[in-house]
Amino acid sequence: MVSPESSQMPKSSSTTIDRPTRLSMEGICKRFGATVALEDVHLEVRSGEVHALVGENGAGKSTLMRILSGATSPDRGSIRLDGRIFAPAHPLDARRHGIAMIYQELSLAPHLSVMENILLGMEPCRAGFIRWNQMRRRAQEALSELGLGDLPLESPVRALPPGLQQMVEIARALVTQAKVVVLDEPTSSLAQDDVAKLFRLVRRLRDRGLSVIYISHFLEEVKEISDRFTVLRDGHSVGTGLTAATPINQIVQMMVGREVTELYPRRARVRGEVILEVKTLSGSDKPKDVSLSLHRGEILGIAGLIGSGRTELLQAIFGLAPVRSGQIRVGSFHGWSDPGKRWRQGVGYVSEDRKREGLAVGLSISANITLPRLEHLGPLWFVLPKRERHAARHWIDTLGIKCERPTQPVWTLSGGNQQKVALSRLLYADVDVLILDEPTRGIDVGSKAQIYHLIAQAAEGSPEYGARPKAILMVSSYLPELLGLCDRIGVMYRGQLVACAPVDDWTEHKLMLAATGQNIGIVNQQ
Amino acid sequence: MVDLHRKERWDASFLSTLGRFTALAVVFLFFAILVEGGKFYSPRNLENILRQSAVYATASLGMTMVIIAAGIDLSIGSIIALSLVTVAWILDYHYVAQTADGQTVTVYLVRQYPVLLPWMALLVGIAVGTIAGFVNGVTIVWLRLVPFIVTLGTMGIFRGLAKGLANEKDIYPHEDTWLTQLMDPTLTSQDVHWRMWILPPGVWILIAAAVFAAVLLRYTRLGRYMYAVGSNEETARLCGVPVGRVKVVTYTLAGFFGGLAGLMQFSFIGGIGQPTSAVAYELFVIAAVVIGGGSLMGGQGSILGSVIGALIITILYMGGQQMGWPKWVQEAVIGVIIIAAVVIDRLRQQKVT
Repeated sequence: MVSPESSQMPKSSSTTIDRPTRLSMEGICKRFGATVALEDVHLEVRSGEVHALVGENGAGKSTLMRILSGATSPDRGSIRLDGRIFAPAHPLDARRHGIAMIYQELSLAPHLSVMENILLGMEPCRAGFIRWNQMRRRAQEALSELGLGDLPLESPVRALPPGLQQMVEIARALVTQAKVVVLDEPTSSLAQDDVAKLFRLVRRLRDRGLSVIYISHFLEEVKEISDRFTVLRDGHSVGTGLTAATPINQIVQMMVGREVTELYPRRARVRGEVILEVKTLSGSDKPKDVSLSLHRGEILGIAGLIGSGRTELLQAIFGLAPVRSGQIRVGSFHGWSDPGKRWRQGVGYVSEDRKREGLAVGLSISANITLPRLEHLGPLWFVLPKRERHAARHWIDTLGIKCERPTQPVWTLSGGNQQKVALSRLLYADVDVLILDEPTRGIDVGSKAQIYHLIAQAAEGSPEYGARPKAILMVSSYLPELLGLCDRIGVMYRGQLVACAPVDDWTEHKLMLAATGQNIGIVNQQ
Repeated sequence: MVDLHRKERWDASFLSTLGRFTALAVVFLFFAILVEGGKFYSPRNLENILRQSAVYATASLGMTMVIIAAGIDLSIGSIIALSLVTVAWILDYHYVAQTADGQTVTVYLVRQYPVLLPWMALLVGIAVGTIAGFVNGVTIVWLRLVPFIVTLGTMGIFRGLAKGLANEKDIYPHEDTWLTQLMDPTLTSQDVHWRMWILPPGVWILIAAAVFAAVLLRYTRLGRYMYAVGSNEETARLCGVPVGRVKVVTYTLAGFFGGLAGLMQFSFIGGIGQPTSAVAYELFVIAAVVIGGGSLMGGQGSILGSVIGALIITILYMGGQQMGWPKWVQEAVIGVIIIAAVVIDRLRQQKVT
């Protein structure tokens, strides 16, 4: 039922799910200046289905959704909603017609309560005064329908974990009587058990006859949750089909236009001396009593649920978080150091949150790459822009960062390229220990493969990236990536490192069990 | 997705400088044409524009750094006043002594040390400004307070100190020294030797200070750190930038340039230690930086831009006066220009989300 390389897909796959068409976008074209963002894109979504929209970053998914939400208008093409021509003038207009967008970045008012957020903009009023009882009742109804009846209505949204915040947003979509709910990368900041909750919720929405457009990079999720899918590539819709009838490989092939081989490169690595050693390390709350050792030429993965203390462990090691007790040794340096000293000791860190912490997106690529090590870019205290550009240019070429010039601000790059900038900072500073927190979060399949390659190459050591093998400590929520890339994997649970073993001892299933605190008979092995 | 809007943006630094020069030229031509009898572009008036704008521009050098580092310094006007009063106070320092025959005489230090004392006044004046800036920085970093609040407080404190030092009166130093002449007109002066300067010494000081500041921002590690701290403090910390120290140094430098501006203001108002001088200058100075492309969100701003901004504000101010606009019109026009400058910047840099 798949029709790759065809733009006439609505005809070819309409028989299997016999439901009326809710939304159809036909022949959508959009240009920005000389760049074609969308060219003759078709998307057809039925009522009561979960429709996955997949494609690499920059394939045009966001632009298509911006058109649907009224944030921008197409140059050509038409949209029909329930058979009627639909041309939203602005986002509010689209919302009134039943299009609910739920973005990666949550759009809640953090200081307002759960119920105020759910009914934001449509508070039940009488003579300008809010009718609190009615408000409470309607919010409660929406939450109960989603099976979230026990959520505290009065507590401010910021007090909730990110997973629950997202649920509040979905409840809001329900209250607005949405017909089409767009979920843009909803799971990128969720842990596995929250994902399961979200999926239950999405199915509930679907069973109520709503249409859900589900955008995700995680094809396993797409496979699990969606009924049909549409693939975008370079602004074209290249295929659509039934999810159940299509193997993941085939979807990936449609996305990248080529066969993806060797997503996880694995070559023999030589395990060298211990370069980072942590003994009974405890932070102010998390981590608790964590011991681990990291060898040169080794990739050590850390799995665990959100809130299990993975990021806190990395931050404590890197000096971004306080340490209450325990020992840290980096090479011949003992004890806690601030990030400035860590860089000089040969430790580099990539944050899980690119925009907030990882990169100064307003500054240029070269400024971002060279920031931890400006010493060699000029005499005394000087930094010569020419040398800086030259240094950056080297890593832009080596890592294949797609950009026009090194002085371009980082926010103009796609997520994958931004992440490469964050990684090249460590390579530029020539550190021995790479601490990576969710290094592939929110980036497309093609870039992921490149970053895996890069990490593996750093661990193996090569003249290109500095001759000596490096040591890599990496946190990820994406289990296939840990299993594919790491030599050893440790699992954190409630602040403790509960199990650490060679990758061959692990399966996805065992990792999940350990992350949820089950005893699986794997103990810490150094 | 790359589109043309974005492409334009990173050639922006050249274009935006060009744009600002154009704006400056337009504003200047506007008054040059409209003010009667070509008075606006007479050498005398041009010189006045430079003299007046030098004070704003000098103070805006430090403010540019503070704003690039995502801070704000509301106390700059008070720092100018404090350093100016300090200069006047030293120049006016005198004590009563008794001569051998029992008569009391007032001894003026400036008469005893006619060369040394002005230098003392200059150094101490700048030092006082620098210390004031250091106090701002240390309070912000150590007490972890918002710059707006801290400098709102020190705005009152420094102004109070200035008034206290001057005893709430204007200080008229006993004798004029070369410090008083710092901002005197040169080209239009009767004195041939003085004409050799071409520009008032204060303007030369501004030029030197501006070059120093521009080099510091563009070609040194400290400059890089200021941009990094302002653009994303978390990233800066993660990359090992000593964020606290960078902030303290930034505010200290703002104080230093404020002290320098105080010296110029002292001369500009005729060598008087007026503690109520430079009131509301912080707004002009911040406006100059913003017109010059500084963003209050941090990470953006340039020295050349801020100097042009200071010139634009001065021209508007003086042009308005010479057109005979009522004061309220002048104030409103400057307000409109500030907002317009930011809107134009925003349109040009429009992010495609």
